[in-house]
Parts: sequence; structure tokens; C-alpha cells
Amino acid sequence: MPVLEEIKEALMAGNANKVREAVTRAVEEGVPPGTIINDGLIAAMNIIGVKFKNNEVYVPEVLVAARAMHAGMDVVKPLLTGDALQEKGTMVIGTVKGDLHDIGKNLVIMMMEGAGFKMIDLGIDVPPEKFIQAVEEYKPQVVGLSALLTSTMMQMKKTVEALAPYRHAIKVIVGGAPVTQKFAEEIGADGYAPDAASAVDKVKELLGLA
Amino acid sequence: MLIVGELINSSRRPIAEAIAARDKAYLQELAVKQVEAGAHIIDVNCGTSLAQEAAVMAWLVDIVQEVVDVPLCIDTPSPAAMEAGLAHHKGKAMINSITAERTRWEEVLPLVQRYKPSVIALLMDDGGMPATVEDRLRVAGRLVPALVDAGVPEEDIYLDPLVKPLGVGSTCGVEVLESTRILRQKYPQVHLICGLSNISYGLPERRLLNRAFMVMCLSVGMDAFILDPLDRPLMSLLAAAKAVAGKDDYCLEYIAAARAGKLVV
Repeated sequence: MPVLEEIKEALMAGNANKVREAVTRAVEEGVPPGTIINDGLIAAMNIIGVKFKNNEVYVPEVLVAARAMHAGMDVVKPLLTGDALQEKGTMVIGTVKGDLHDIGKNLVIMMMEGAGFKMIDLGIDVPPEKFIQAVEEYKPQVVGLSALLTSTMMQMKKTVEALAPYRHAIKVIVGGAPVTQKFAEEIGADGYAPDAASAVDKVKELLGLA
Repeated sequence: MLIVGELINSSRRPIAEAIAARDKAYLQELAVKQVEAGAHIIDVNCGTSLAQEAAVMAWLVDIVQEVVDVPLCIDTPSPAAMEAGLAHHKGKAMINSITAERTRWEEVLPLVQRYKPSVIALLMDDGGMPATVEDRLRVAGRLVPALVDAGVPEEDIYLDPLVKPLGVGSTCGVEVLESTRILRQKYPQVHLICGLSNISYGLPERRLLNRAFMVMCLSVGMDAFILDPLDRPLMSLLAAAKAVAGKDDYCLEYIAAARAGKLVV
């Protein structure tokens, strides 16, 4: 089996050791690091994303796949020079103030990283000021807001309002169990995604990368 | 054993729509069905009403109490919505919830003292969701005496150890079981409650995991559950598990349920 196929297969099986080993071998065989990342690690993570969206794989399987991806990245990242690693963009993400849920947000982070984006994770219970601070500091193209509680959807609205001065430069995408397309439109977000894999599609669409 | 029927919760999309449309008949029917299926308390949550939450909560309490005699569980983190629900509630209500988070405690406690409901107390403080058994015991060690000092009888306190999904941590179930076992010994008069469905988030055949978790919780001293009473296999298993755990004298409730045709195998 070609080594890239081996990497993909091991990643999809969530086997971190095998991914590390196969990536190391690919490097020794002279496969360019960018190719290993894009055609191996990211390609496999994309497949996991689609399967997750279709309910063919479950949350723990996404977690072990992401762990395997990181194991591979750790091997290959030090070999990248300068702009060899072309990040598709930067996204700031957090769970809004008053809400302590992080599973959905973390899945989005994994899928977005898997798709080649640089992710700035602000964590949980994030007040609007902290989102603004991060926007100033990291100059992202996208800001993602997560809320799992019906009671914190109002905070989502407040955060979107607080980001108004930056909207010429950033897209705002929202998600979480109680969130709907309609709600996203009502509060003036640019996009809504019902799951982590769809979030990747939505962000690419908003940035014109689709 | 106390069953709180969980279905009237606006984080479920059909309910959010029914509440938005003020679909009284649909919501009333759902309340009646849950009581008929064995719920002792009906949970009401309308968080998706956002700015109108307090007014909608008052309406929801009114229309549900029109058709059922059991108490309602006013389920909201908003003190304003909780107060509106409690003010409209006839008889002794339940609230979901108070926590050891400073602001939440200060805002909700006066309502508890004024309306004297049963209280679901989540075992979390300003440090966030509990990560270990010790976190839960520490918060319980603050909440129980504080509630008792504030005049809440131990019998009215329902501690919720907070269930996190197995899908993101293989020990999330065990943490709750171990916490429950210790809390049961430490506070024999206090009730222990949890929602079942969190445990199975992100996994296939969720109801199977919910059922296994319910039986295991019951066996270590959990004596109240927030669940879907219309899940007949779950309710059947609960009847059987209660009998096996020695909480059904002479198995009379189990026999009665079988005779009434309520048990499915």
C-alpha cells in the first residue's frame, strides 16, 4: 500500500502509533511534508468529517482520529519551513458567556484543524470583550460562537452585536444544540452549521474557498 | 423513587416550536401522557423564548397545571423566569436548579426561601463543571449545609452530580456512580437525582446506554431521575431494577405494573 494510503487508513482507524510510524516512513521516503499533511492527514480527517455528518462514525471515533492526526502533525510540522504550511485561514472560537459546554466546540476545532485552518480556542464561558480582544490580536477571518443552553443564546446575540465594528473583516458563524438557521439570521450571524463537519463547509463557503 | 418527566423542554425542537406557536393542546397532551406513564413531576423549560422567557414560563405553568395534578419542575437558570414560574405554580413546586456558583446562589436562594419548592442542586461552583468525584463531594459539602442553614429541609434537596458524555471520557459514568455511592452514605436523607440522556451523547443506540446507566445509578443509591417516561422499555426496566434493589416491598409495584400491562420485555 502506498504510504499516504497507509497514513489515511491508520488515521481513520484512530491508531496514533501507526500514523506516527507511517508519517515517519513517508518523510524518510522523501514525500514532501505538505503532501503528507494535505493528501494524508487532512484528506483522512475530511473523510471522517463526512462520515460523522452522515452518522456513520460517532463522537469517540472522531476524538481518536483527531488524536491520531495530531500525532502525525507532531512528526511533520517541525520539517515545514516558512510558508510551506499554507493555512487556509484563522478562526477564533469559543463557547459564549454563561455556558460551560465544550464538546461541540472542540469537535469543530478538530474538524477545522483537520481542514487546514489555524484555530484560536478561547475556551468556555467567554465574554464578548474576550472575543473582541482575540479578534484584535489574531486578525481572524472567522469567529465561531458556540452555545448549548437555551439560556445562553441571548449571550450569543450580545456577542454578535459586540462584534459589529469588525464585521467588515470577519464572518461570524454560530452553532450548538438549541441554535437554528432562523435564530442565526435573527441575531445577524453570517452562518449556521448543525454539526462540526458542516461547520467546515460553511466556513469555506463564507470565505469563498468552497 | 421520583420520576421527573423531561419532555417539555424547549431544547427539543418540536417543543420549541410548540411553545413559540403557543400550541396549548399539544403541550397539555404531552404533560398528561407523561403523568399517565408514571411521571411524578413534570419538567417545564422554555429557554428558547429568550427575552420573553419569564412571561412564557408563567403561561406554561398555567396551562400544564390546568390538566395535571402533579407538581411542576421549573427548569431555568434565569431567576426572573424561575420567579414567574413559582409565582404561578399552585402547590409545592420543584426548581431546576440552584448551584454553588456565587451569583446563581445569591439570586435563586431568596426564591427558594420565599416559595419553598423542592430544590435540584447541581454540584458545580464557580470553578465550572465538576471534573472528579472529589469536586462533586467538595461542592456537596458546601451546598447541603448551606441549604439546610437557609431553612431547606434535607428531604427537599435533590443533588445532581452532573453527568457528562461517555463519548468524550470513558470514566464519566463511573465518576457519577462513585459520587452517588459516597453521597448516599454521607447524606442519607438527601435525594440524589440525575438526567439520564447526557451519558449517551454522541454514541449510537443512545437509549440502551441510558437504560444501563439508570440501572447502575439506582443500584448505588440514586433515587430520582429526570427521564422520558414515554420510553416504555426504560420504565419497565426501572420497575424491575427497583424490585431487584429491594426498593419495592414484596414486589407489589412490579406485579401491579405487570398486571396493568405496563411492562414490556
